[in-house]
Amino acid sequence: MKTFNIGGVHPKDNKLNADAPIRELPLPKQACVMASQHLGAPSQPIVKKGDKVKVGTVLTSNEAFLGAVVHSPVSGTVSKIAEIADASLYPKPAIFIDVEGDEWEESIDRSPEIKREISLSGPEIIQRVKEMGIVGMGGACFPTHVKLMPPKDAKAEFLLLNGVECEPYLTCDYRLMLDHAEEILIGASALMKALDVKQAIVGIEANKPKAIEHMSAMAKNFPGISVQALKMKYPQGAEKQLIKALTGRAVPSGKLPINVGCVVDNVATCYAVYQAVQKNMPLVQRIVTVTGPGIPQPANFLARIGTPVSAFLEAVGGIPANTGKVISGGPMMGKALADAETCSVKGMSGILVLPEDQSHRKQVYPCIRCGKCVDACPMGLEPYLIASTTLAKAFELTEKARVMDCIECGCCHYTCPSNRPLLDAIKLGKSTVGKIIRARNAKK
Amino acid sequence: MNETIIYSIVLLAALGLVLALILYLVAQKFKVEEDPRIDLVAEALPGANCGACGKAGCRDMAVQIVKDPAYTGCPVCNEENIARIAEILGRIPEKKEPSIAVVRCQGGKVNSPSRVGFEGLSSCSYASSVFPGEGGCPFGCLGLGDCVQACTFGALHINPETGLPEVDPEKCTACGACAKACPRGVIEIRKKREKTGRVFIGCVNQQKGPSAMKVCKVSCIGCGKCVQACPKKAITVANNLAYIDDTLCVACQLCVKVCPRNAIAVLPVEKLRPAAPKPAAPAPAEEPARQESGAQA
Repeated sequence: MKTFNIGGVHPKDNKLNADAPIRELPLPKQACVMASQHLGAPSQPIVKKGDKVKVGTVLTSNEAFLGAVVHSPVSGTVSKIAEIADASLYPKPAIFIDVEGDEWEESIDRSPEIKREISLSGPEIIQRVKEMGIVGMGGACFPTHVKLMPPKDAKAEFLLLNGVECEPYLTCDYRLMLDHAEEILIGASALMKALDVKQAIVGIEANKPKAIEHMSAMAKNFPGISVQALKMKYPQGAEKQLIKALTGRAVPSGKLPINVGCVVDNVATCYAVYQAVQKNMPLVQRIVTVTGPGIPQPANFLARIGTPVSAFLEAVGGIPANTGKVISGGPMMGKALADAETCSVKGMSGILVLPEDQSHRKQVYPCIRCGKCVDACPMGLEPYLIASTTLAKAFELTEKARVMDCIECGCCHYTCPSNRPLLDAIKLGKSTVGKIIRARNAKK
Repeated sequence: MNETIIYSIVLLAALGLVLALILYLVAQKFKVEEDPRIDLVAEALPGANCGACGKAGCRDMAVQIVKDPAYTGCPVCNEENIARIAEILGRIPEKKEPSIAVVRCQGGKVNSPSRVGFEGLSSCSYASSVFPGEGGCPFGCLGLGDCVQACTFGALHINPETGLPEVDPEKCTACGACAKACPRGVIEIRKKREKTGRVFIGCVNQQKGPSAMKVCKVSCIGCGKCVQACPKKAITVANNLAYIDDTLCVACQLCVKVCPRNAIAVLPVEKLRPAAPKPAAPAPAEEPARQESGAQA
């Protein structure tokens, strides 16, 4: 079975709620929509206090190339535009909407039947994807329309669909592949049309045999789309690793996937593209996994963007008394939440509740030069070297050690027998070296 | 046998003479004249090689001082150093008002209680990229000691009770290394004012009033009362934050008395004049609710 060739780790997959079907989460009383929910230039709110909005009303504007707009996930009245602490506790602008009923914009097709015929042309699809605020839903929130517009000197050959879900605990993509396989594949066909590629490969890890079987059966009706089972290994869902696993191509240092003819999109993104292109529906809701060892009934919810985390936790019957940490995302790359009133965003794939005994870092010991981090690094870097040069403030050596290639997957930190905070130091080195490089380029 | 010994001695002696002569000639030819005062000045400098002047080290600085009479030099020299250098060079010692680093944050564990936990790398610059700080203030001191590490004079330490850095006025030379190391720009170099005490806004929070009040009990909310109280017009408010111009301030402490948030600090503490009795105690800041979830990087 295929996989990527260097590094990687094997954390226990803990897919606790794999068999729980998708449930719809009741509408919150108040939705709090972060004004910027993507990677790139921030968006500006265009609604005012007191404005009436419907589901799908555009809330923000963004003229930047690397920008994505946000639509209202609920209908009601804008109660205030204020700063609220996001997942990291840093205050960011958000739009608060008091929910009244559930009225959708008339242009949105909410009928349940599947629309198979793609009537839009390639450029129209890209325009639609941009208007509907679609971003990468695996977590990075990269605006999807940007990926669909490759630079002139590059040509896409493959569309790769990421159904890997290598983060332990998360099952939202898995459920989506079981329940909405056809829609995902129609969305993928739309992306293929927009990119003018003939071949698409869906990568799914071997711990999801039902999804592999179901998607393979469905893919028979879609010319050019095939399903590839992959050996389980973290971080296979990372772009460069998935490209290596599915096509055998390696993305050179400092280059983008498009430079080796690949465009990678998450299956959830494909589903959102299907809804945008075929149903004219903006990205106002997503599947969120709510799980954890102490949660009695872990579940997958279809929830509106901007629902407070506390509403999710209530829906699974509250959090156990011994809870130490609530994480947005998976245990490997997710971020601990500082406040249960934090609201869900486009990139929030899961809410993971960990008990106290699994929430803390372990005692740090000196480096024993075992080299496990080097073996584990999927980018072929030397994490111990990057970390130590960063802490010694020898940033020219950090740069030479290719810190900018780090994908921040955390394999080095996970595998270190001395529990050293390698990734923390590497992230610090990466941001500092990034600043140095930008300053140098600005001088030129 | 004797002959061998004699030949060897004679040969080596002759060789020694010839080589000594060559060395002497070369030394004469390539002699470097160095001002003997450079060594003396280098000795008179603090000798910490802290780099605050921007030179490669104290000796490099000494060369510059001796060469250029107009050069006003070492930022960390105290009066004694300056007097000695002036004596060596036969110049008039320049008058220099002593400066010191001040920490413009009074939050810490006491006034901005922890809302989330942090277990990651103990580095302010890393923590700052991950979250605003345990108390939630996105501008204030993180208390992880990047400044302490940066100080070559051992003048800083973190007070374990408040979690804030404290400057030792005896050791601080105002070189500015800590101010550069702080990712939040909390530390500033100001006049030492040993007689009157230094008066400064002990806050760098630029959030609007309500947000600033939520995260800290002693945050500046930019209300402007101090601006009106100042007889020297030394205080300005920008970005919801007051700032006292060090060159205009006369340390009269009138602003300290009117501040409703106790955000204006006076150091050393014993220079703080007792405030006139206030009509009512200032309302305590809203206690931030403790979250059920702990954040960690």
